[in-house]
Amino acid sequence: MSHKFGMLFFIGAALLLYSCGSGNKQSHNRSGGDKSLRQAQEVAGTGGFRWDMASGSAIKVLLNQHPYSEAIIKKIPDFEKVTGIRVEYAITPEENYFDKVTTSLNSRTGDPDIFMTGAYQIWEYAGADFIQNLDPFIQDSNLLSPDYDIEDIYPGVLGTLRWDLVPGHMTGRGPLWALPLGFELYSLAYNKKVFEKFGLTPPKTMEELIRVCEKLREFDGKGTYPIALRGSRNWGTIHPGFMSTFANYGARDFAVEDNRLVSKVNSPESVKMTEDWVRLIKTGGAPAWSGYTWYQAGADLGAGKAAMLFDADINGYFQTGKGASKEAENIAWTVMPLPEGQDEINSNLWTWAIAMNKASRNKLAAWLFLQYFTGAEYSLWSALEMNAVDPARKSVWNNPEFQAKMADREGYYETFQATIDGTRILFTPQPHFFETTTEWAATLQSIVAGKYTSVQEALDILKRKMDEAVEDVVIE
Amino acid sequence: MQNDLASSAIDYGKKPFWVQARPYLIMAPALLITVGILYPFVTAIYYSLTNYSFRTTTFRFVGLKNWIQMFSEPEFWHAILVTGKYAVASTGTEMLLGLGIALLLSRESKFTRILRVLLIFPLMIAPVIATIIWQLMINNSVGILEKFLNLFGVYDFPWASSAKTALLTATMIDVWVYAPFVVLLILAGLQSLPKSPFDAARIDGGSAWFTFRTLTLPMLKPFIYIALIFRLMASLQEFAIIFALTKGGPGNTLMNLSITGYTTGFAYLKFGESLPYVLVLWLIIFLISRKLVSRWLLVQQTATGN
Repeated sequence: MSHKFGMLFFIGAALLLYSCGSGNKQSHNRSGGDKSLRQAQEVAGTGGFRWDMASGSAIKVLLNQHPYSEAIIKKIPDFEKVTGIRVEYAITPEENYFDKVTTSLNSRTGDPDIFMTGAYQIWEYAGADFIQNLDPFIQDSNLLSPDYDIEDIYPGVLGTLRWDLVPGHMTGRGPLWALPLGFELYSLAYNKKVFEKFGLTPPKTMEELIRVCEKLREFDGKGTYPIALRGSRNWGTIHPGFMSTFANYGARDFAVEDNRLVSKVNSPESVKMTEDWVRLIKTGGAPAWSGYTWYQAGADLGAGKAAMLFDADINGYFQTGKGASKEAENIAWTVMPLPEGQDEINSNLWTWAIAMNKASRNKLAAWLFLQYFTGAEYSLWSALEMNAVDPARKSVWNNPEFQAKMADREGYYETFQATIDGTRILFTPQPHFFETTTEWAATLQSIVAGKYTSVQEALDILKRKMDEAVEDVVIE
Repeated sequence: MQNDLASSAIDYGKKPFWVQARPYLIMAPALLITVGILYPFVTAIYYSLTNYSFRTTTFRFVGLKNWIQMFSEPEFWHAILVTGKYAVASTGTEMLLGLGIALLLSRESKFTRILRVLLIFPLMIAPVIATIIWQLMINNSVGILEKFLNLFGVYDFPWASSAKTALLTATMIDVWVYAPFVVLLILAGLQSLPKSPFDAARIDGGSAWFTFRTLTLPMLKPFIYIALIFRLMASLQEFAIIFALTKGGPGNTLMNLSITGYTTGFAYLKFGESLPYVLVLWLIIFLISRKLVSRWLLVQQTATGN
């Protein structure tokens, strides 16, 4: 027995020593060349852009369950008719969508050719060589439709999909990794009928918001509550209203110090913001807040269970329109509540975009799909007919029919206009985004559950975890 | 000439190819299966010694770094504790409930025959679907369990959203899904027991408790052990119910070894770091099931009198 134990110890020690000495000795490269991009350019030739230049090809598309996807699915037959490309698609709920995308991309089989993504995912996928740089396509006049007009896309939205792969560098520079389907900013949606009934006006500050929540407890009997907020144990809880409010309190997630990322989540601004946010959840949040995702939060406002929703402007929007929900006619919007003394609005930005798998073997067909479903004609149709808001194209916002449609939603357009200038990605781009934000959400849940003696203690622990997560990031 | 004769003579000592190859051919399927089973396992051990990640295109050997890091993290010991608590709570409840219900259903009547069929229903539902059904049942607005608790003056019971009640909620779902499995196994055992010892005990005036303690339970032990082995192994590995219910939350309340391994691998994309969690889980299950299997062999011998 002691002999066996000795052998195990010897093997363990040998492995440990080997690891110490091996350093960066041997790497196994899993990346391949980009022959398929050159092939796409060769097939397109030099005769100018044609929608049917990849006729006869077939592509696979992976979609997240979202109104944007519903619009795409409805238009796929038209796309197939125009291009002669056959499209196979799969749709997955958001909670597990990115696990599936990551696994599929890592297999490097080229399946799917196209997938929906957000800007944060690019920070992981681009570094891993999963996504195709779209600049060569955009810059080739034989591949880009003359009608595409990339200048029509809001530069701030398109910029979130550009990144130079350097952690700590903000988005807006570097290659273009995806094209936007639409985007969202953060605001307060509320049930104006409930507000009228209680003689309330929309809150302008966080303190006012908490006071309003006190008055709206069980506003329509058991099962109703003041404000819907996301609370599930993942990044989705941090990026909407929470991150926007975090920035409005003057807090930041990371700073670059000595070429390294250092977490600032335990700063006094962050502690104050978190204390107020926890107070908001305890005063007005859903009893099952810690399980709340985008879907539940939006649905509760529409069903009349929640009087307010502090989330994406479009989440409330999807509850409006004829027959969309019980409270469809009563939902209105106002700008997000700010801390006392603050009058500048900072809103985080999320964009659903479509990207091309770097390993795709059908890049020409995939590129045509990207162009078609982010083009001006499709964007206008999807915004008017399928409620695919907020459109990323200026031409859609300037369209009179779209403006008339917006006018039906009280405060939506005004809130958008008041917020858009302060809207940008508020996170520091870094490849461990999902780890740091999931830990952040878990810490928030634990604070609400009363696990820590103080918010400061919880955020000090979170800071250590976040620093550990990004310790391998060196900014050159 | 002599040489020619020698070379053309039949060698009776030499066996034909098929005869020689027979032992290997017989072994081949078992060998293939063994390799098929062991390959992923060995691969997992290998990758646990690397910094393999979806995030980068390269990976390298890091020795025991991932293992040392895991053992030094409080999250690991918390995950061990959650795994153990969940397994004990769910398996313990299922065994007690399963035994009780099986004893009640062992009596023949029209009612018990119907109940035996109905009992299989939860087993037909995937655990994730069962969790979604339960999420509706425990919903504070429309859930039937909330309405039930309202009768006793309890409102807004926190269920899975509180650290204090999340384990209870997950255990309840586990028991609902898997207790019927224990019932069916023990029921099958009860129906296979010989009648004569029970007749003798009845004639001798033995009480129900005496008969249960000295006859039913000892003879039923092999079946109880089988149910225990299956349920304990599965509940130590539990993933679907917890993931669908809270993803391991609130906070880290339900982060067991499976969920921690999955989150580290798939959400944080650190595959090399996630594999030690899975391998430790395997080791725990292996050691416990080995102990239980040897115990099962012993009680089987005792029960059958061999």
